[in-house]
Amino acid sequence: MELKLPPLAETGETLTGAEIAIRCLQEEGIEFVFGYPGGAVLFIYDALFNQKKVKHILVRHEQGALHAADGYARATGRPGVALVTSGPGVTNAVTGIATAYMDSIPLVVITGQVPTRAIGEDAFQECDAVGITRPCVKHNFLVKDVNELAITIKKAFHIATTGRPGPVLVDIPKDVSQQSARFHYPEKIHLRSYSPVVKGHGGQIKKALQLLLDARRPMIYVGGGAILGEATKEVTELVRLLDYPCTNTLMGLGAFPASDKRFVGMLGMHGTVEANMAMQNCDVLLAVGARFDDRVIGNPAHFAAGSANRKIIHIDVDPSSISKRVRVDVPIVGHVKDVLEELLTLLKASKSKPEAAALASWWDQIAAWRAKDCLKYDRSSKIIKPQFVIEKLWEVTKGEAYVTSDVGQHQMWAAQFYRFEKPRRWINSGGLGTMGVGLPYAMGVKLAFPDADVACVTGEASIQMCIQELSTCKQYHLPVKLVNLNNRYMGMVRQWQEFFHGNRYSESYMDALPDFVKLAEAYGHVGIRVEKPGDVEGALREAFALKDRLVFLDIITDQTENVFPMVPGGKGMSEMILAEDL
Amino acid sequence: MRHILSILVENEAGALSRVAGLFSARGYNIESLTVAPTEDATMSRMTILTTGSDEVVEQITKQLNKLVDVVKVVDLSEGRHIERELMLVKVRAAGKDREEMKRTADIFRGRIIDVTDKSYTIELTGTTDKLDAFLEALDKSAILETVRTGVSGIGRGEWVLKA
Repeated sequence: MELKLPPLAETGETLTGAEIAIRCLQEEGIEFVFGYPGGAVLFIYDALFNQKKVKHILVRHEQGALHAADGYARATGRPGVALVTSGPGVTNAVTGIATAYMDSIPLVVITGQVPTRAIGEDAFQECDAVGITRPCVKHNFLVKDVNELAITIKKAFHIATTGRPGPVLVDIPKDVSQQSARFHYPEKIHLRSYSPVVKGHGGQIKKALQLLLDARRPMIYVGGGAILGEATKEVTELVRLLDYPCTNTLMGLGAFPASDKRFVGMLGMHGTVEANMAMQNCDVLLAVGARFDDRVIGNPAHFAAGSANRKIIHIDVDPSSISKRVRVDVPIVGHVKDVLEELLTLLKASKSKPEAAALASWWDQIAAWRAKDCLKYDRSSKIIKPQFVIEKLWEVTKGEAYVTSDVGQHQMWAAQFYRFEKPRRWINSGGLGTMGVGLPYAMGVKLAFPDADVACVTGEASIQMCIQELSTCKQYHLPVKLVNLNNRYMGMVRQWQEFFHGNRYSESYMDALPDFVKLAEAYGHVGIRVEKPGDVEGALREAFALKDRLVFLDIITDQTENVFPMVPGGKGMSEMILAEDL
Repeated sequence: MRHILSILVENEAGALSRVAGLFSARGYNIESLTVAPTEDATMSRMTILTTGSDEVVEQITKQLNKLVDVVKVVDLSEGRHIERELMLVKVRAAGKDREEMKRTADIFRGRIIDVTDKSYTIELTGTTDKLDAFLEALDKSAILETVRTGVSGIGRGEWVLKA
């Protein structure tokens, strides 16, 4: 006798929309949901209450939820999940969504919406979530039928995590979360309008290899795409096999180990002389998961003119990143890991080798640029230099910590002076440049890696933009270490005003600062103020020794210190201002 | 340079605003945009007339392809194609001008589709150029109202745009 099975959609158990949403997260293996409840998501919170698999982290502001989910995703490579209510819940989340979007971070954001019958009637806490987030998500959905909910959430995870990753928002009206449907979570999904390229074009990869082997002044430029695409092992192998210089972008730090002699440091507006000059003067440039943005190459016309016959090979999963600001000679669209694997196979099989003499003289040239020692600073200062703090942080954590940062001078110093050896250890907002991310980023990282040292390098301005999350850290026992480089200024704004606005420090000071030590204590944490260079290392050691406490190190630093080198906005990469020039 | 982009999109709520939003967010030009469902009810077809350098139009195409709702994008102006636009013009047609107006419409193969004792409504189909030429041939003060659909286009020969 033949056994007849009912169609798949009818096999599942009957669940409410709210239960379906949570079950989908369980099916995806989601550990944490960062969120904040409200009217439109009450059924979903009720469904959360009745299970143990997915742990909810209650933040103090929706922006914090998004940043924490984002930080978790950056550190783990897995999608971050946030859950917020309609209206202000959504608008508060927008900054976090846009931050993740600019850096291509996979997030699934579930938002509550007013009941379907009330949509468009200016209901209480209504906003057009899909409309308001459209320009800053990879995709978004409004679910109007509970039967479509599971498949929509599946699509959301699929879109968020494949191709060039990004945030995807699923807006669920309150009545949809209340209605019932049979639950079935598809294992696979096919979207006819969405199929990112994986394999690179074989012919193009061969062409790229030939160009690389023929290079006399080669350069390898690696961005955040290499980390997002899990291709750092391949990057490292390729650079070492070729023995070519390698630079990482702000988002790519850790993709190639900073301790390797082939690493010429970060490039860009605050990049090293050797990295920027090598970019400007190379004859063959291999770009891997990077996008030639304005903070990296400055003025594209100046860059193009720098080396007239420079050939550029560009590997990226997103075709729209290629030839956007800079014309590329050999575009290779594909998953960076797959393309590099193929390139490595060809390289190992190839009999030709780069010309040794040309390469040696190129390395001599790079050594001469390196000899400028462009990151030097006054080590005998009686006032604490911020660079010194980062160097000590590196020493105390043996270069092994996860370092998050906010945005500004401290971010650049952390990027320049904390020499990252591994990918996903440097967590910062590169594209959008969102002040306030540092603390929630650290929360997401600490939840993912409870045994690791997590430091948040911040400034007294940035930290106040999400400081309420100190309360979340207390609730969930997240003993992160805050390294507050307190110079009583919005340092980067002040620096630009000094250079380009005649020292008119318009509204860039920080008066009436809180006593951060007492503030930390008020939230139930440990606060330590550091005012002398000699005390920095001891304070850091003390902070990291307090394994189970959040420590807020308020470090009073030099108010006048600037970030060098600096390529002024609109200028070319070789037009750097160095400390010694002033 | 003038480019005609033909775009197949999922027939989803919001697909149009994703496309239109992309153009405004990135500062691209839209000269005209038409959209309607196709023989496949799950898809709509858009025709966008845009202007820009080859680099800009290449970026527009790539960015459109990145939208999840976009199934396919083709730059019709890269190959042989036919383009048409429909225009309805309401003109003053009284007294001695009445005959002249009819003759001009005939010359452009326009059809008079509505009549009052003081006006004609003329339907005209053709390339953008032809429609512009018709309007130029009329006495400006005679034109009461115009409405144009914007360009629609299709490839020549047996080639078809399919999902």
